[in-house]
Amino acid sequence: MANAATREAIEAVWRIESARLLGGLVRVVRDVGLAEDLAQEALVTALERWPESGIPDNPGAWLMATAKNRAIDQLRRAQMAERKHDALEHDAALDATTTTRADPEAALDEDVGDDLLRLVLIACHPVLSTEARAALTLRLLGGLTTDEIARAFLVPEPTIAQRIVRAKRTLAEARVPFEVPRGDELAARLPSVLEVIYLIFNEGYAATRGEEWMRVDLCEDALRLGRILVGLVPDEAEVHGLVALMELQASRARARVGPSGEPILLLEQDRSRWDQLLVHRGLGALARAESLGRPLGGYTLQAAIAACHARARTAADTDWHRIVALYDALVELTRSPVVELNRAVAVGMAFGPAAGLELVDALVEEKLLASYHLLPSVRGDLLAKLGRNDEARREFERAAAMAQNARERQLLLARARACAATAQPS
Amino acid sequence: MRVMVLVPGDKDSEAGKMPSEELLAKMMKFNEELVKAGVMLAGDGLTPTSKAKRVRFSGGQRTVIDGPFTESKELVAGYWIWQVKSIDEAVEWLKRAPFDGGVEVTIRPVFDPEDFGRELTPELRAKDERLRAEVERQRSS
Repeated sequence: MANAATREAIEAVWRIESARLLGGLVRVVRDVGLAEDLAQEALVTALERWPESGIPDNPGAWLMATAKNRAIDQLRRAQMAERKHDALEHDAALDATTTTRADPEAALDEDVGDDLLRLVLIACHPVLSTEARAALTLRLLGGLTTDEIARAFLVPEPTIAQRIVRAKRTLAEARVPFEVPRGDELAARLPSVLEVIYLIFNEGYAATRGEEWMRVDLCEDALRLGRILVGLVPDEAEVHGLVALMELQASRARARVGPSGEPILLLEQDRSRWDQLLVHRGLGALARAESLGRPLGGYTLQAAIAACHARARTAADTDWHRIVALYDALVELTRSPVVELNRAVAVGMAFGPAAGLELVDALVEEKLLASYHLLPSVRGDLLAKLGRNDEARREFERAAAMAQNARERQLLLARARACAATAQPS
Repeated sequence: MRVMVLVPGDKDSEAGKMPSEELLAKMMKFNEELVKAGVMLAGDGLTPTSKAKRVRFSGGQRTVIDGPFTESKELVAGYWIWQVKSIDEAVEWLKRAPFDGGVEVTIRPVFDPEDFGRELTPELRAKDERLRAEVERQRSS
């Protein structure tokens, strides 16, 4: 039985090694489910042996060798196709000569990048639902347990377990190819990956459900995935754009939560609490995205908007005209009513609340925004600025009724009360 | 969590002697691995303390002291800032760094004000809120 300290050390090794271990195994056995089983068996073996033997000098190579030996055993037992067997033995022999020397550098084998890219593309394959992709990505790339993923998404553990099992079955049935695509084909697969990473980030950043307004761990997991992806496909502008966006948004994390957990809106935040290291990283990533070519993609444009806020020393210094121009480009690109709503907010700041309200009123009939609480919330804000407090109060109350996050609901109700107080001075 | 990893200085780093090409190559490779794993947030090497200055605080007096500083055990020659899941993960990463010769490299978790806010017990929080209210009263009176 592992003592607590060794167990924690093994968990740490697992966090570092599991993705490349899985990546290597998927390359060889070409089956995500089997690869995961083999990796898990290697982990169990480590948990049994390392407390006695100590953690090996090159734990990654040890885990890989153990998993591959299991794979060979299994393939022998199952008398699988001779060709596949040879390939596997050849591969294991190759690795034994290159990586089991107790030399940490040898662990960095040239295929690792490809292995991880293959893994991320499979986990985010378009045949899977976005939810399944998110769960599988956190599991395979992020090294999270099913239980951790379930807690992150606030759903019961069996739901996530089932989602992952089904996802693996879907991948097997769809005979998803294991070759890593190149060039345009690779570029075509990336949006699906970026979408999943940003979904994970947003689930942490603007928790749609539950009591907490933010779940920082999930943001960090998403950021880590984004930073890894940048290393895998360094020439893709939008990958840098997404990382820039996440770094800049995460830089405000500790300023956007009040002392009792309530949300604090961007313009009211104490900017001295913004994380300047992440701001710096975000601006750097944005510069790289912009240098990789135009027109700018959707994530890069959003990052550029976030950068306008990051560069402004005070809320009053914000360059709203530039933000409106960036939203113009984003509306053009996405044709999304949510983006149009955000543009209306920026217009309200740049050209006055009446101009903003005019744009929001044009969106009221929009079906896609029918249950979107931020529409009445934005409308309420603009009405309040125009001194139409009674109408504003009604909009905030409507928004509160639609909001699913408890903290956000409280904030909206507080604004409604403030409007009521101003509307009927005692 | 965020950690700072502090690499101590020695006679060579103080003399401004550059590490060997071999060690530099190993260190670059290690850094590359950290970046690729999404762990590295920042990191730098520091110049010898002959280029450093100190400011001593005593009452209202500030005294500027020029380097070099001799108590080399306390000197830092380089640092990293890593984003990791746990300090154990940082330990596992650090074990892969190409150091040698008995050098001791320290990992220090960065204090996160937000964590502090969350760790507050309800009693402490209530006390904190009473304090805030008191400050508000004093300010408005």
